[in-house]
Amino acid sequence: MDSTAAAFEKQISKTKVKNVLSRVLIYSVLILWAFSSIYMLFWVVNNSFREKTEILNDSFSFVTYPTDENYRTAFGRLSREENMSILRAYLNSVIISGSTVICVTVLGGLAAYAMARYSFKLKNVLYLILAGSLLFPAYSLIVPIFRMIQGIGLVNNPIGVIIPQTAVNLAFSIIILMGFIKNLPTEIEEAAYMEGCGVFSVFFRIILPVTKPAFATVGIFTFLWSYNDLFLQMSILRKRVSYPVSALLNEISSQFGTDFGLMCSATTIVVLPILIIYLFLQKNIMKGLTAGAIKG
Amino acid sequence: MYFLAGSETGIIMLYKDKRPLIIFLAPALLVMGIFLYYPFLQNFADSFYEINGFGSETRTYIGIENYKQLLQDKIILQAIKNTSLMILFTIVFEIGVALVLALMVDGIRTGAKFFRTVFFFPIVISATAIGLMFNLFYAYNGGLFNQILEKLGLNPVLWLSDEKAIYMIALPIVWQYVGFYFVIILTGLNSVPEDIYEYAYIDGVQGLKRIWYITLPLVWDVLKACLILGITGSLKIFDMAWVIAPYGAPKGITHFFGTYLYQTTFFSQTVGYGSAIAVLVVILGLLMSFAVMKLIRSKAFFYSEDM
Repeated sequence: MDSTAAAFEKQISKTKVKNVLSRVLIYSVLILWAFSSIYMLFWVVNNSFREKTEILNDSFSFVTYPTDENYRTAFGRLSREENMSILRAYLNSVIISGSTVICVTVLGGLAAYAMARYSFKLKNVLYLILAGSLLFPAYSLIVPIFRMIQGIGLVNNPIGVIIPQTAVNLAFSIIILMGFIKNLPTEIEEAAYMEGCGVFSVFFRIILPVTKPAFATVGIFTFLWSYNDLFLQMSILRKRVSYPVSALLNEISSQFGTDFGLMCSATTIVVLPILIIYLFLQKNIMKGLTAGAIKG
Repeated sequence: MYFLAGSETGIIMLYKDKRPLIIFLAPALLVMGIFLYYPFLQNFADSFYEINGFGSETRTYIGIENYKQLLQDKIILQAIKNTSLMILFTIVFEIGVALVLALMVDGIRTGAKFFRTVFFFPIVISATAIGLMFNLFYAYNGGLFNQILEKLGLNPVLWLSDEKAIYMIALPIVWQYVGFYFVIILTGLNSVPEDIYEYAYIDGVQGLKRIWYITLPLVWDVLKACLILGITGSLKIFDMAWVIAPYGAPKGITHFFGTYLYQTTFFSQTVGYGSAIAVLVVILGLLMSFAVMKLIRSKAFFYSEDM
């Protein structure tokens, strides 16, 4: 019985794509799309090691005599003459996005736990309000937010970006985390209660350790969103010294747009850390994305 | 919505005491209330005022004047056109290509994971960096595209000309988001139970027929979610358009709602008018999302020939 079922399944999976011709067609399309994506990145990285004039003549061949001039310029000249530097921008980005991730996961985690476990009046209304806020585009909020931030005196201050970014990301994280916590069996919590544990020790000792992967997903997603966000950061951080990476990159492109070598190295510098993070954490990223897309 | 009614797990003794609830909920709700919901309502109120500049701003109540102005604004019309075009591209090229790629990857064994990783990576890169990269491709002198043309013995092309600019903004957006929809659709395909395919196989339904009659209807909800995400996403376009063509360059013809709102608010400093644009975007987003949900709910629509 078992072996026939296995054989049958094998046949099914074989018939997934039956003939050789369509197989060849499928792989050619897939490889072509993958190649074009990879080649674009390769072109940028490859040319970041080339001199400006060389790029204009021949940008396709593999670089034979790599130069670090573009990277020297990217890390050096910007800081002295233009009052901006890539290292400084990295620091700003890490401060802003790191803090946002901490705020979102802590506040979101607490709220999600309450939403998942307690029953209270207006809980359903609260959920609908949370889900509804996912529809607000960031720029429908920016003017009042800017006014408030200016009122508190936090323009050009990283905190002025961290707070609104936290607010914008909280709804998503609460909804995702709530889904995870709801699916946990309650037996352990009940046992802990019998042993005399309070709600807070249940949250920190039982819920948190078990939902770590979910927190990782939410954290990574918040980080990516925050690091890549241009609109909020550009609106509130209006001095070059306070620019995070994405705003600086935008500035570099408007000032040095014709210097191909510098542009390639600047793009590489911004994209590379994200790519490395992605390759290491892609499982969590995809899980979070699909959970968010289908539930949101 | 299925986890709305939380009766089965929530009520154990531990959670009878409701006092800790405040400590759990208050911080998040406070931050969201002040920096998300209040600004949203404030923005709505602002749209009925004429407000000039930040800080030392002057406010004059003008009723629905801003909205009247919206109706006559040529750039708003242009933004509506550009956004509609982008929604069309989203459906045909982003979701369409993503669906084809997802079906292909779902049909193979070897290399599926590799393709998933490669196709998805553009989405983690910022729109700013991708926009900048494509600016390098579009450059007239020495850009990647013109160098390819040169190799083929063709004349260089002015890629960001009046007629082409909007497509050149659309191209990187499409390239970036194909991977996004690809992963969502692929996840949907993976969740289709195997035995349905077995029955189909017994009934002799295979290949394209199986995709059309069995696979697609089963992932229809996922495609619907993609459609709503695509529409609301198109309404939110800002970064990419701003990096490739700031201020709607050339001559304001590549403006989207986001770029125009940014320009009116932060450069022209007509804040009330900017608020009205934001309200328009939210209303359009809600209306179109509901339209998609209503329109596609009926199965008859899906099975009709013109789909």
